[in-house]
Amino acid sequence: MQISGAEILVRSLQEEGVEFVFGYPGGAVLEIYDAIFRQQQFKHVLVRHEQAAVHAADAYSRSSNKVGVALVTSGPGATNAVTGIATAYMDSIPMVVISGQVSTPAIGMDAFQEVDMVGITRPCVKHNFLVKDINELAPTIKKAFYIAASGRPGPVVVDIPKDVTQRLAEFHYPESVSIRSYVPVTRGHPGQIKKAVNLLAEAKRPYIYVGGGAVQGNASAEVTELVKMLGVPCTNTLMGLGAYPGQDQQFLGMLGMHGTYEANMAMQYCDVLIAVGARFDDRVISVPSHFLSQPKKIVHIDVDPSSIAKRVKVDVPIVGDVKHVLRDMIDLLKQTGQQVPQQHLANWWKQIEEWRSYNSLLYTPSTEFIKPQYVVQKLYEITGGDAIITSDVGQHQMWAAQYYPFKRPKQWLNSGGLGTMGFGLPAAIGAQLANPDAQVACITGEGSIQMNIQELSTAKQYHTPVKVIALNNRYLGMVRQWQEFFYGTRYSESYMDALPDFVKIAEAYGHVGIKVENPADVEPVLREAFSPALKERLVFLDFRTDQSENVFPMIQNGKGLDQMDLPPHMRDLQIAPFENNRDYGNMC
Amino acid sequence: MRHILSILLENEAGALSRVVGLFSARAYNIDSLTVSTTEDPTLSRMTIVTHGSDEVIEQITKQLNKLIEVVKVIDLNESDHIEREMMLIKVRATGKDREEMKRMADIFRGRIIDVTEKTYTIELTGTSDKLNAFIEAIDRSVILETVRTGASGIGRGERILKI
Repeated sequence: MQISGAEILVRSLQEEGVEFVFGYPGGAVLEIYDAIFRQQQFKHVLVRHEQAAVHAADAYSRSSNKVGVALVTSGPGATNAVTGIATAYMDSIPMVVISGQVSTPAIGMDAFQEVDMVGITRPCVKHNFLVKDINELAPTIKKAFYIAASGRPGPVVVDIPKDVTQRLAEFHYPESVSIRSYVPVTRGHPGQIKKAVNLLAEAKRPYIYVGGGAVQGNASAEVTELVKMLGVPCTNTLMGLGAYPGQDQQFLGMLGMHGTYEANMAMQYCDVLIAVGARFDDRVISVPSHFLSQPKKIVHIDVDPSSIAKRVKVDVPIVGDVKHVLRDMIDLLKQTGQQVPQQHLANWWKQIEEWRSYNSLLYTPSTEFIKPQYVVQKLYEITGGDAIITSDVGQHQMWAAQYYPFKRPKQWLNSGGLGTMGFGLPAAIGAQLANPDAQVACITGEGSIQMNIQELSTAKQYHTPVKVIALNNRYLGMVRQWQEFFYGTRYSESYMDALPDFVKIAEAYGHVGIKVENPADVEPVLREAFSPALKERLVFLDFRTDQSENVFPMIQNGKGLDQMDLPPHMRDLQIAPFENNRDYGNMC
Repeated sequence: MRHILSILLENEAGALSRVVGLFSARAYNIDSLTVSTTEDPTLSRMTIVTHGSDEVIEQITKQLNKLIEVVKVIDLNESDHIEREMMLIKVRATGKDREEMKRMADIFRGRIIDVTEKTYTIELTGTSDKLNAFIEAIDRSVILETVRTGASGIGRGERILKI
């Protein structure tokens, strides 16, 4: 029986086991929406802006093991989706974005709501398709899901002209897909794995540096096993948080521009570095030449060969799925009984414990002003460290990363690569739908939340009781911090004048809003927000936080990992510079 | 350093712009680019002449391989290869220049493929260096127009780029 292209699309999505489609209707996709109306298998989530549809689909994927799906119309619907697509691309999130297109005869005619979606998204997708032939529709959807989820994951756009959704054809969904020009590598080269293990067996100061690839690659168990069996220190990038348990003694915290003192010092002074699904990003290692000025051997495990030797030259590149490669490394270590030399390792730990003892995340508590760090710490306590946390971008994002030690992967959802303000709230909605029983909180600021605040309406419609934790300092905080440090406190356009009453906004959308101005109220209000009484409600907590608080430690542009701007309490300390062959014998 | 990359890619709409977009997005250089279908109509063969440090060329190769439609990439500079480019050059050929242009074309093994009272159009094939040398060898003021294809390259001997 012949069915329409729209029905073929819907059937294909059903074949892929899609649960939710996040989208917004419009002229070019009316046929598809009609087909959605006539089916029950998956649910459509109507957002209030296409950017939010893509962020919600993205976070649905980030917080599960599934491919997120978004559906937008042509023209402005498509362009609104671009920020979301670029966000997912930078963080390697598997997603299929379906965009409507004007009918094939109208393409190129500057038709109403026409935009070259394939052209616009080309630099920010893993791949994209324009489906001109209805017979290609089902195979293209199959390919899109396969490409999105395999290898280094990423978003795939499928642009479908309206006439293709209207034409009729037989529906055959391919069972498998093979693309001759696309064959992702899975297993690492055994010779390279052996070299990596041999390097570890000679290491004096080993360090494991784990990025988002370990989260996306479901390699958290292998990371933890390897770090535990070797007894070595471990750090996570912003994207990798949760890949190794944040409360474990062997975890040194996040590294990078706002990483802990010990995590950054260890990164600079390690002699054997195992990079797992991480990419030596500028916000992580800062200046490559300074990072490499301290000699070290680097093993780099990544599924994407182009991530390797992009910013730093490495000694042992291993291309492969991180989960498989780590498993092979663990097996080889067990087989050969090789270990990290214990005396050196003990000295390395003494050095690290000294660095850690400075407590670089210490901040000055206040009974007058609400400290943003304190809010995050209390949130951690009250949620038992189990909540799924989404964030926007800015100071609050860094405080969330620093003060909420994530227990497990896929618990921390943020736009690390693109740094997209407005990600947090739609992401929280997507995460809640993927995890209906989980507590979901969105840590945000008064700047970021206003970039997609209309999604409070979506949250109402779909009963996603997320908790919005707004750290409201009446400033675009990170911009203000940079202006304080580097622009002579000229706070150009970083003050948010005429802020709305967020409590009233929350209430207007049918939610609960609470303003918190007194530090003593932070804990009780958080308890109330997460109490059974409000379990089914979205609660918007407007914390009026200390306006002058800055994020520390901080590595300024052009500075090295060991040249951090330190928090006030560390500035007068006499910290001895790192010495290669220091005698730790007398240290307590 | 100058490198010649040879790329086999799916003969699909948009594949070329993915390659070109990659070069501009990542600030790589394209000195020349030629592309056409092969004996297998589903495949195109592209030759890109680029320059950059070894690290940059390695990244270019990796990034090209990452494109879904790229089947294979080789750097022809890694071993013996042959390189050819064709140029059509229209020159003023009057008075004593007329005989001189004919002689120069012969020396460079070019062929005059179009003749008018005042002009010659010369077809010249060779390495890019040879074409440059021809332009250097003749009087600049007689050149009316040049069209160059950009270099195409192929490995010597048994070295074959195929699926």
